[in-house]
Parts: sequence; C-alpha cells; structure tokens
Amino acid sequence: MRAFLDMGGYAAFVWPAYLVTLTVVVLNIVWARRALSRSRADARRRLDRRGGEP
Amino acid sequence: MTWTWFHRLASPPYVYALAARLTPWFAWPAALLIVGGLWGGLVLAPPDYQQGDGFRIIYVHAPSAWMSLMVYTTMAVAAAVGLIWRIKVAHAVAASCAPIGASFTFAALVTGALWGEPMWGTYWEWDPRLTSELILLFLYLGYMGLRAGIEDTQRADRASALLAVVGVVNVPIIHYSVTWWNSLHQAPSVMRLSRPAMPSSMLLPLLMMLLGFTLYFVAVLLVRLRSEVLARERSASWIREAVSA
Repeated sequence: MRAFLDMGGYAAFVWPAYLVTLTVVVLNIVWARRALSRSRADARRRLDRRGGEP
Repeated sequence: MTWTWFHRLASPPYVYALAARLTPWFAWPAALLIVGGLWGGLVLAPPDYQQGDGFRIIYVHAPSAWMSLMVYTTMAVAAAVGLIWRIKVAHAVAASCAPIGASFTFAALVTGALWGEPMWGTYWEWDPRLTSELILLFLYLGYMGLRAGIEDTQRADRASALLAVVGVVNVPIIHYSVTWWNSLHQAPSVMRLSRPAMPSSMLLPLLMMLLGFTLYFVAVLLVRLRSEVLARERSASWIREAVSA
C-alpha cells in the first residue's frame, strides 16, 4: 500500500493529476444537473407568469 | 432514404424526452469503464521501463486531451448544422458542449504540466502542441464569453456558431503538431495507423478510459442539452409536461 501511494517516487505528480481530472469529471456532473434544474425553474416561472396559459 | 429521423431530431419535445431516456444508458457503462480503467491503469499495468510509475498520468491525461478535441469537433459540427439548417436543437447541442470541453482542456493542460515536470524538466514550454492546446482553451472560453455577452439566444447561437466553426481549424493543428514540428511532446502512440506502441496490459486500461470518458461526455451532454432545449422554448405547451414530470 505504501509503495502504491508512493508511485515509484512520482506521487507528487501522479496523484494531483488524477485529483484534477476526477474533480473535473465530478464537477461536470454537478454543473449539468444544476443547469437543468435552473432551466426547469425558469420554465416554471415563465408558465406562472402567463397564468398557466403557455 | 427517409429523413423523418432527422426531422424528429430537430423537434425539441422529442429530443428532450429522448435525452432523458438515453442518459442512464451512457452514464452507467461510462462509470463501469472508468472504474475498471482506473484499476487497470493504477494497479494492474506494469511500470514503464523508462518513466516508472510516472507514466500512469497517461490514464487521465490522454482521455482529457481526447475529450478536449472530440468535444470541440462535436461542437463545431453541431454549430455548422445549426447555421446551415437553422435547427435550434443543433445550436443547443453546440452550447452544451462548450463548458464540458473547456473543463477537460483545462484538465489536459494541468495533467500535461504535471507529467512534463518530472519527464521533461519543465511544467510549461511554448511548444507547438502545448501552445495550440492552450489556444483551444481560449477558443472555448471565447465561445462561452460571446454567448454570455449576447442576451438574445438566437443571435448568440448564430454568432457563437460562427466562432466554433472557424476555430475548428485548430483541431487538426493540435493533432498533427507533434508530427509537423519538433515538439517536446511525444508522437501519438495509440491513434496512429500502425499498431499501438504499448503492450496490452498498458493499452487496455487506456482504451477503457477513452471509451468511458466518451460515453460520460454523451451522458453529461444529454443532461445539458435538456437544459438548453428548455431555455430555448418560449411558448410550447410541452414545457408544462416537461417541468411537471
């Protein structure tokens, strides 16, 4: 386990690279879902403003 | 040949519903491939005879770089379709691509720098491959800035589409930069005409990561696409259905 974490002396480069990429992967999921719920809320507001008549 | 499928794909309600249905079919295989690829790349693959364990950065760097180019190409094609046939859904696809592509271009640059320091002795060099990839990031940011600066969605769609289409010349420049110019960056070892320059224990995890990231892109794109399609609809009655579902 120790050797694995050490990455043959390259730990300071390998792990940050994985961390950055996986952060981008997770953030894209969060951002996309947030954008969708924002668009849904906006659409709902537009419907309400028209008194339910689209 | 019938074009009904094409016309249906231009219909916002159809696309909205289809995107929702398809998302898990891309998301789950993507998750499995990425987890498997990480295991294969970090644990099962042997250390490189020159770079030791440092080479394992390839399993996040190459997929990020692949995303940066593949997403841009998708964006440019969608933008061109939107411009030529005036299809709103195509513009929505293009707009959905930009933040995904920009973030993975950033990841490609950062992971590349982290690989460059131990192997080349520098985080950054104004090298053809590195510079053209940085220009790609600016293209994405320019595209997003342009969209954000224009209030009217239709005008934003057309103006940004033009930028996306013109900017696509950068994609082959990035890909061939390592062949055309003397570059610090290595030449392609997977995407080349002859056999990949890697044993299968190293190659297989990489292919899993590349495919996994591609499927992941489609899944994220589908979620974003629903949001963009919804934002473009002003008066359609299907919106009520869409938001109540």
